[in-house]
Amino acid sequence: MNWDLLFQLLINGLIVGMLYGVVAMCFVLIYKSTQVVNFAQGEFLVLGAWVCWFFIMKMQLPFVLAFLFAMAFMTIFGIIVQMVVLRPLIGEPIISVIMVTIGLSIFMQALMNWMFGNSAERFPAVFGENTVSIGGLQVETAYLMSLVLSVLVMGLFYYFFKFSRYGLAMRATAYNQQVAQSLGISVKQVFSMAWAISALVSCIAGVVLGLVNAVSNSLAIIGIKVFPAVIVGGLDSIIGAVVGGVIIGVLENMAEFVDGQFLHIGNMYTVAPFYVLIIILMIRPYGLFGTKDIERI
Amino acid sequence: MSHVPHPRPCGDFRTSYSDDTSLFRTRFEGWSIYAGIAALLVAPLFLNDYYISQMLMIGIFAIAALGLNVLVGFTGQISLGHSAFFGFGAFASAWINNTTGLPVFICIPLAGILTTAVGMIFGIPAARLKGLYLAIATLASQFILQDFFARADWFSGGSSGSLAETVNFLGIELDTDQKYFYLVLFWVIVSFLAVSNLRRSRDGRALVAVRDHYLSAEIMGINLTRYRILSFGVSSFFAGLGGALYGHYLGYVSVEGFTILLSIQFLAMIIIGGLGSVTGSLLGTIFIMLLPQFMEEAASAMAVVFPAMEQGKAYIKEMSVGAVIILFLIFEPEGLIHRWRMIRASWKLYPFSH
Repeated sequence: MNWDLLFQLLINGLIVGMLYGVVAMCFVLIYKSTQVVNFAQGEFLVLGAWVCWFFIMKMQLPFVLAFLFAMAFMTIFGIIVQMVVLRPLIGEPIISVIMVTIGLSIFMQALMNWMFGNSAERFPAVFGENTVSIGGLQVETAYLMSLVLSVLVMGLFYYFFKFSRYGLAMRATAYNQQVAQSLGISVKQVFSMAWAISALVSCIAGVVLGLVNAVSNSLAIIGIKVFPAVIVGGLDSIIGAVVGGVIIGVLENMAEFVDGQFLHIGNMYTVAPFYVLIIILMIRPYGLFGTKDIERI
Repeated sequence: MSHVPHPRPCGDFRTSYSDDTSLFRTRFEGWSIYAGIAALLVAPLFLNDYYISQMLMIGIFAIAALGLNVLVGFTGQISLGHSAFFGFGAFASAWINNTTGLPVFICIPLAGILTTAVGMIFGIPAARLKGLYLAIATLASQFILQDFFARADWFSGGSSGSLAETVNFLGIELDTDQKYFYLVLFWVIVSFLAVSNLRRSRDGRALVAVRDHYLSAEIMGINLTRYRILSFGVSSFFAGLGGALYGHYLGYVSVEGFTILLSIQFLAMIIIGGLGSVTGSLLGTIFIMLLPQFMEEAASAMAVVFPAMEQGKAYIKEMSVGAVIILFLIFEPEGLIHRWRMIRASWKLYPFSH
């Protein structure tokens, strides 16, 4: 047994898992409040990272300013997508809604390939120090930042939904659209807000991932990795999304470890979450924290 | 699905059940389809290689799209893993041929049957899941099968791919596009006839009942599990058949061809053509297969004004696929076939359009 490697992978899994959790939260937010499954979540994330990269490298803005601009851009982008693409499809069967976001993801992927190229681009060094020592363990600053930002975003989500007026409106809409509307909540506004918040948070996750690795269009695979996470956690539970994200992050790193040390099958890192996904769907489709669907005739 | 009436000629009243489920709605429709088949039979004598190979590819993909339409359009299940079954058929046919030495024209339907079995296994989750959950489960099966292709050296040749022999039918080597065209045409006719017949049989009506209201269907005595898995099997059969024809046409099968992007293209074909419509599957396939070429031409024309268009061609082609999916879902969710019916209706009812 290689304990150092195991420990390293465990930490990696935890940090990546937190990021999955953040992206999964965006996904769940949209699903819960608008009943739309966003297959383009990964592309949202990459677009946010690219826009931030563009502001830093091409417009020569400082990092913080570029980050803020990118966040503003993505918020507006989220609202526009909701208004132009998804509003006409309210009330359509689920396959139409799924397909329209898939179409959106293909469109965005190709557009980004065209605008920003197929190669990975690094962000300039944002932090002075590359690694920080915590309790004798060398941790990369970017990883630390990603952890801090993830926790911060989760905290903000909690605060927003628990204590703010708009959060309450969104919860009410998620619970029952008709009742919410009859109580004077603008459902249209809530829908736009869900997409705006989701795009904004995706942008944060994208920039953090860009800092940790590099920005490239292949990062959009996170949008697919999110599915195992949300299914494990339960499709309509925000806490479940975080827990599911961490579970999947740790799981894929553990699969990598077991495979590399004992099994030597290869490629377990990408496929293991999908086996887990199928098993969960077979035995407990509503996940760990999701509400069980009960149908009455 | 569509709410446009099908105007029939005056005096065409259906007075018996067999009239109501006839294969061709009018005699003219029947004759035009026979004429179309006859035209296709002589087409290789007149058209050049480029057109023939295009028609061949359309035929192959139309078979697979038709299979997906049985699953999505008839039964109302969602599959994001169709290209994995398409790929499985391609590998299976090459594998059967290479290991057992059976003639290729037998291997092609055998590959379809093998794919049916695999499709039914991956369809088991469908017994309990629906809608979004099912979409995600089939997404997982896409990745699992893709991983299997890349790894199973004994079956698919792993990352190096596998060679597929050309078809030899009773001593005639089908080595040119013109000869292969007839084989594809044969299977296209068989598949479209089979699905048209399925649609008007008891099983076909059961599938549609499962789509329209599964609870009522179950109360009426339709076994949901059985019919859901059955529709996965039927859809996989056509996917495997199309895949096998594709593999032997190219002569070489490799893992890279069967990604999720192709699955999405299959879905795009049936959505653009018209969900639940046999003719629509063909129309949608033609649309999606010709779209890249149309965009290529359009981009070249635009490049005269905007030189940037020239290098962006490949991306414009990809973007156009995404864009047409979105545009069709917003403006014409019932597909090309619906548009065609409207045109036909307005001709028939002229000058009273309503």
